[in-house]
Amino acid sequence: MPLYRDEAVVLRTHKLGESDRIVTMLSRDRGQIRAVAKGVRRTASKFGARLEPFMVADIQFFEGRTLDTITQAETLGAYGGNIAADFDRYAVANVMVETAERLTTEDEPARQQYLLLVGALRSLARGEHPPGLTRDSYLLRALSLAGWAPNFSECVRCGGELPAAHGGGTALVVQLGGTVCDACAPPGSPRMSAETIALLGTLLAGEWGRAKAHGEGTRAQARGFVSAYTQWHIERGIRSLRYGH
Amino acid sequence: MYEGIIQDLIDEFGRLPGIGPKSAQRITFHIVQSQSADVTRLAELLATVRERVRFCTQCGNVSEQELCSICRDARRDAGLICVVEEPKDVVAIERTRQFRGLYHVLGGAISPIDGVGPDDLNITQLMRRLADTEVREVILATDPNLEGEATATYLTRLLKTLEVPVSRLASGLPVGGDLEFADEITLGRAFEGRLTVS
Repeated sequence: MPLYRDEAVVLRTHKLGESDRIVTMLSRDRGQIRAVAKGVRRTASKFGARLEPFMVADIQFFEGRTLDTITQAETLGAYGGNIAADFDRYAVANVMVETAERLTTEDEPARQQYLLLVGALRSLARGEHPPGLTRDSYLLRALSLAGWAPNFSECVRCGGELPAAHGGGTALVVQLGGTVCDACAPPGSPRMSAETIALLGTLLAGEWGRAKAHGEGTRAQARGFVSAYTQWHIERGIRSLRYGH
Repeated sequence: MYEGIIQDLIDEFGRLPGIGPKSAQRITFHIVQSQSADVTRLAELLATVRERVRFCTQCGNVSEQELCSICRDARRDAGLICVVEEPKDVVAIERTRQFRGLYHVLGGAISPIDGVGPDDLNITQLMRRLADTEVREVILATDPNLEGEATATYLTRLLKTLEVPVSRLASGLPVGGDLEFADEITLGRAFEGRLTVS
């Protein structure tokens, strides 16, 4: 089958030769695809902005021995322009595509990851929610799809109910995957306020109305946990997390 | 696989960007078969280029002196600064013969996924330069791709604090193309930036 077609979201690009690019995409049916877009860096390229990061396109590929070649592309979601017009959105979108690249592989379909990423980029481009909350919600849900769902409603060790957070807060342990009751909490466990635990739960469930009600201090605590949780499971640092807030 | 120095040279050429093993082999055998004087000249240039070429202390462009030839030229308009990503962009704009101001070379574009943030570019130098000199306009001429646009967005936000007029190069339909093949973003930009002709 020398020609095939799939919908894909562009994760990143690398320059190749004088005017080509290697485009890394997450496709709807085939997982990650790396393909060459010939002449795409020329100003008169037929691809134009269709193969820029964060764009969703219907793409036709020609199978090659090592890398496939992109022969046609039609835009399905032009999210790149709106995202690049706001630096906070751009920083968040980078985190999302870098995470998606780490969580998926070539030749292994990841349709749920694809749909989640496209939905998150669309929401980010439209400015539906604060970029930081969109990022943290995406990361928690992407990790859940990958099999690392955190738990913020009960003790991840004994399954017992969490006591109402006292002055010191509730223990939240990255390595254990969520909240831990006082009896099970390892000594020195970091503790978070009840508001932070509640925010993490709403971000995981996508309850935006409740998530947006939390203040910047609570969001910053949640962000710290989500960053650490993501990098713990991916087993590598996410470079994009250093930028934006 | 060749023996000794031939293979070493092929390996060295193969490390250069855009040079694959076949090209490296072709260049190596071209050198082996070339006149001795040509090869000596090339070897001397390679040896001296790293020593002599440095970055202009004012604009970040490549130069053999402390200031590049454009920054040294008193006839250039110092009130206009065009911000570009790479030295090759300076050459591209100079070819138009339309711009008579000065440049500022950032040294790349912001790309968090590649680990390139604002601190890795010559942005602090730009801000210092704008604070020290009287500039009428800053023209953002970063690449019209996503990283370039995001870098321009970042700079626009930053330059607001200095109250310097900032403009961005127009983008839209390329000359010589067909409208039907334009992508949505390019065509949208062309509409946004359309000109009144009568």
